[in-house]
Amino acid sequence: MRDVAVVGFAQRQMPEFDGSPTCVELLVPLFEECYEQTGWTRRDVGFWCSGSSDYLAGRSFSFVQAVDAIGVIPPVNESHVEMDLAWAMYEAWVKIQTGEVDTALVYAFGKSSAGTLRRTLSLQLEPYTMTPLWPDTVSLAGLQARAGLDAGLWDERAMAEVVDRSLRDAEANEYAVRKGGSSVEELLARPMYADPLRKHDCAPVTDGAAALVLAAGDKAREVRERPAWLTGASTYVDAMTMSRDLTVSESARRCAAALDLGGVDTAELHAPFSHQELVLRREAGLGEDVRINPSGGALASNPMFSAGGIRVGEAARRIWDGRSDKALAHATSGPALQQNFMCTLEGTI
Amino acid sequence: MSRTLSAPVTVAFDYTRSTGPVLGRFLTGLRDGVVVAGRTSDGHVVVPPPEYDPVTHAALEDFVEVSSEGTVTSWTWVPEPVKHQPFDRPFAFALVTLDGATRPLLHALDVSSPDEVSTGMRVRIRWAEERVGAITDIACFEPSDSPAPDPAAPLGAPAGAVDPVTGIVVPVSLDYTYAASPEESAFYRGLAEGRILGQRCPSCGKVYVPPRAACPSDGTPTAEEVELSQTGTVTTFCIVNVPFLGQRITPPYVSAYVLLDGADIAFLHLILDCPADEVRMGMRVKAVWKPREEWGTTIENISHFAPTGDPDADFDTYKHHL
Repeated sequence: MRDVAVVGFAQRQMPEFDGSPTCVELLVPLFEECYEQTGWTRRDVGFWCSGSSDYLAGRSFSFVQAVDAIGVIPPVNESHVEMDLAWAMYEAWVKIQTGEVDTALVYAFGKSSAGTLRRTLSLQLEPYTMTPLWPDTVSLAGLQARAGLDAGLWDERAMAEVVDRSLRDAEANEYAVRKGGSSVEELLARPMYADPLRKHDCAPVTDGAAALVLAAGDKAREVRERPAWLTGASTYVDAMTMSRDLTVSESARRCAAALDLGGVDTAELHAPFSHQELVLRREAGLGEDVRINPSGGALASNPMFSAGGIRVGEAARRIWDGRSDKALAHATSGPALQQNFMCTLEGTI
Repeated sequence: MSRTLSAPVTVAFDYTRSTGPVLGRFLTGLRDGVVVAGRTSDGHVVVPPPEYDPVTHAALEDFVEVSSEGTVTSWTWVPEPVKHQPFDRPFAFALVTLDGATRPLLHALDVSSPDEVSTGMRVRIRWAEERVGAITDIACFEPSDSPAPDPAAPLGAPAGAVDPVTGIVVPVSLDYTYAASPEESAFYRGLAEGRILGQRCPSCGKVYVPPRAACPSDGTPTAEEVELSQTGTVTTFCIVNVPFLGQRITPPYVSAYVLLDGADIAFLHLILDCPADEVRMGMRVKAVWKPREEWGTTIENISHFAPTGDPDADFDTYKHHL
């Protein structure tokens, strides 16, 4: 296996982006930041991969329009996934492993606010017996939260503790669209929204984009004194059906089992609903000593298609500056933690 | 004035899907007012039946009929229903394990407040008045007084299906507020004043119309605004002979790429006011605008392009724009 590291990261997150859903004008400054961080030009990037969805954009071929932000004369080596940035990064990692390229810039974008996000996401469900009912994302998460509450696996207080810690940590995150801790008691005193979920249990609808830069071996060492080496990556998916046991995430458990999580001091978990962090912590077997979501996590901002990759970027930043020696980053997709990706990042190899 | 122009857009499509033998069996049952489950190799009775066994991956063939009554195993309140959900007023989504099944089914539960729902409550299917072989043949669940059978009645094989369901149509429609980029917004605002605006790339000097946020050749952000000529050259064209849904002009007519004088990229418009078979590469054309009182922030302000009558442009003037 080739040693591959995350050496660049840029992000933009906002409640409502006043611009086109192709997000070209968001991506141009993101790429500029990546070039600044690496000292590269676009011609030093061996492979490009983006994550986005036309269902979110409300137009066709939005990812092709987004390629404008790269500049494609001479032509570039480019790919796209209708998945989160974390999976675009996974494709780039595989591409680098093949030896065909040494560097990659992966990016993702999405204007969630263009439509009704929780409704739009019904279209990712099983189309025969689920989509015709238009089950929205919040409802599906609510069914999962209730299943765990009823089983005694977590309680409202544990959910509120996740929210309180996340929104406190988000105060230090300039990109967070929801921030400001209060107290567990104050959070529990707020009214139910989609019973058993309060509004703060649900990630805010967020527009945004993000980019990650990968490099192999010496290319990575040229960019960073302490690159964030990707020492493991895994992805698994559960069946689409809601008749599975929602209190567990077998795919997340398998992701964790495929990695060496010994010595992990920091974890950036992509949990768009508060109880999902509790599921993920359990499936990854993370102890009390692991710092969870120092960025504030998805409850502070959750831009579709980049929020998972942002977890990787936030973990990488903490490796670069020495705050973490070994971090776990996680991304999720689909209803109720159906699909998961995990990777470990380390400062020394 | 906001930075960008936006307008409502609805994207809609009716998906026609074949059902296959397993989902077809389930949907046929719903049409006939019975719930068909699948028995899997790990001993579960699952509704809807999975197409393949989750453990052995063999095609599922063991169908059993389960009750139309059952027990709520999880639920969530839906305070603000979204369009096309089973109810347009607050309701509950529930996971219901039907008597005889071991795995729950997702559907709506007709109650008027969260106080009327609890895990463990008994519910029954309310069938739709007209059933067609779709998940919506179950209108919803409703509270039931009947207790859970003890022990559960033995499961029988469902009656053989007559005229089985083989396909469904799932209409999908999504509403968006579609925003133009700042550059596109400037373009449309220019059109509302009778002007055609483009932008020049600061590094390669190329002029793009409509303007884009970045030069597609080199990725440089574009900023300098350029007003373009209303005359140009047909670089390539096609004669539309085929009628299609929503067509506004009777065929045959011509769609062409017009390279406006001063621009480096051609844009698509109609060529009218001359017979279709006279349109040719190199033909000089000019924009024909609708009456000013009909203008808005739209490309439709330009009705079409028409021949100027000038001699054709030399091939060399547009050979790099084909």
